[in-house]
Amino acid sequence: MLFVTLVACSNRPCHGRVYIDINAPYLRKIPTAIPIFKGMSAGQSHAKLGRMLSGLLAETVEFTGFFKILDRESFLENPQRAGFMQHTINFKNWTDVGAELLIKGGFQCKGDVLEVELRLFDTFSGRLIVGRRYTGRLKDHRRIIYRFCDEVILRLTGHRGIFSTQIAFLSTTTGTKEIYIAGFDGYNPRRFTNTGTITLFPAWSSDGKWLAYTDYRHGKPELFVRHIKEKRGTVVSLEGSSITPAWVPGRFALAASLSYEGNPAIYLLTGNGKITKKLTRHWGIDVAPTWSPDGREFAFVSNRSGSPQIFIKNIEDGNIRRLTYEGNYNTSPQWSPRGNHVAYVGWKNSHLDIYLIGIHANSPIQLTRDAGNNESPTWSPDGTLIAFSSTREGPSRVYVMNANGTDQRRLLLLEGEQTNPSWSPRLTSD
Amino acid sequence: MTNRFWRGLALLLVIPGLMFAASCAKKPVVSEPAVTPAVEEEAEAKRLAAEEEARAAERALEEQRLREQARERREREEMAERERFLNENIRFEFDRSRLLAEAKKILRRKARWLRAHPDVSVVVEGHCDERGTNEYNMALGDRRARSAKSFLVDMGIARGRLTTISYGEEKPLDPRHNEEAWAKNRRAHFVID
Repeated sequence: MLFVTLVACSNRPCHGRVYIDINAPYLRKIPTAIPIFKGMSAGQSHAKLGRMLSGLLAETVEFTGFFKILDRESFLENPQRAGFMQHTINFKNWTDVGAELLIKGGFQCKGDVLEVELRLFDTFSGRLIVGRRYTGRLKDHRRIIYRFCDEVILRLTGHRGIFSTQIAFLSTTTGTKEIYIAGFDGYNPRRFTNTGTITLFPAWSSDGKWLAYTDYRHGKPELFVRHIKEKRGTVVSLEGSSITPAWVPGRFALAASLSYEGNPAIYLLTGNGKITKKLTRHWGIDVAPTWSPDGREFAFVSNRSGSPQIFIKNIEDGNIRRLTYEGNYNTSPQWSPRGNHVAYVGWKNSHLDIYLIGIHANSPIQLTRDAGNNESPTWSPDGTLIAFSSTREGPSRVYVMNANGTDQRRLLLLEGEQTNPSWSPRLTSD
Repeated sequence: MTNRFWRGLALLLVIPGLMFAASCAKKPVVSEPAVTPAVEEEAEAKRLAAEEEARAAERALEEQRLREQARERREREEMAERERFLNENIRFEFDRSRLLAEAKKILRRKARWLRAHPDVSVVVEGHCDERGTNEYNMALGDRRARSAKSFLVDMGIARGRLTTISYGEEKPLDPRHNEEAWAKNRRAHFVID
């Protein structure tokens, strides 16, 4: 259990200003100072805890790509002596080192109980943007930090952050391809499936409670729908290949490519695995559906024009239009959660790279280049980040970048190879 | 009258004697203890029969040996044909599932074998090289397996004997990352169910 208290003025609507426009294609990172948290009770171990908590907070907010975390060496004041109440802060000390935002923290730890107070300030106006006091178990310190980061992002952008999200991916750590799930920041990866065979294409339901995927445990590629926490689920046992599931936003239903009738085509199924509708009809390959956020359209890959290209089908009028024209191999579309873009994998100069294309404009932007093969883009639910797999360091691993292609970094390091990342929606904790 | 009787009697005794002498003359053991002619004949027949029997047994053995040899040869051939059926993959062009002339030739041979083995069911596996994305390759592998199946069905093989399965790029035959390996990995492979 985590107890949260509002601090000072923050229940007033003091977030009138949007500090960060998440829709802007290129963002200026906001210089932000996060001094080491102040221990309210003395002790050596507390100094260590203070460094750990403030370090975690800095890493976590930096992960969003919105902030430039300033080097603590340049700070003008000793955090252990300086106050962190609004009226005791000399904001000039912070504007002088270039900080536009300041996050101060204080904590005390009695036995197993951790109490943390965190405050975000605008250094120029000297205003408190948000303040929270959390009480919880020491082992829950990560959740405390993530909770506060959620508040910070909500106040600064007007949108919910990604700190409650997780990333599912495939790893060959045990020798076979299994699904793993880690935190959005790569923290604590753990194995989700134990099929002992090939497992592919993990996909989260939009309530975050279910994973759909393909596995070969019965000797052929079948579709599985499994509850994340409870031991229950469904297998869709059909002839041929049942692959690339994609949940319909807000519904317990999914689209998938099934070949039981002959050609791989896109079908609509209930979450219980009952086929309700055939969505595409063609002699060629139709695969890899991805839904628009409103569920009215879906993009998919088809070779109906000779080579794999991305098409968009409107569910209501049945119209199909071609989205990609550049190059002759464009696959793995992922519709952005904010609806205006499709990320996909294109093949040029014998390399696979991630591209971004507007759903109306037709000139794609290349997001990865000269760094091995880059595959399987997946959007963070706020649409600001893209996770993908890359062979830039040799074996395939999972990486994350900002949606404009900047700040490409490895998410985690595990034995074996990692592929097919899939970002969860926001998950309700507690 | 008396004269004729004695002459006749003499003849009666002499002729068989002569005959006996004549028949024994060829034999190495002339001075056999006296046996009656009837018993001797019987033994001779038995011996001849035994000899004939031995020869027949030998002949039968030889025939069986030949039959076995032929069977072994047939089995070896059969085994080789089966091995060939299993080991001979058909190959595909990059990003294509249509059958090439060479692939059709191999499939005709496979159809012949399947016709000769009507009780055999087969899984046709479709595979791809590592290039491209794994979801599209899953679909492509599906199409490759189905192209091979359709051809065999057109050659008169019952549809129910053939199932298809795609492995996409998940099970490369050659793990290397070059043209030679990719060409080997773009394949349909046949497994007896």
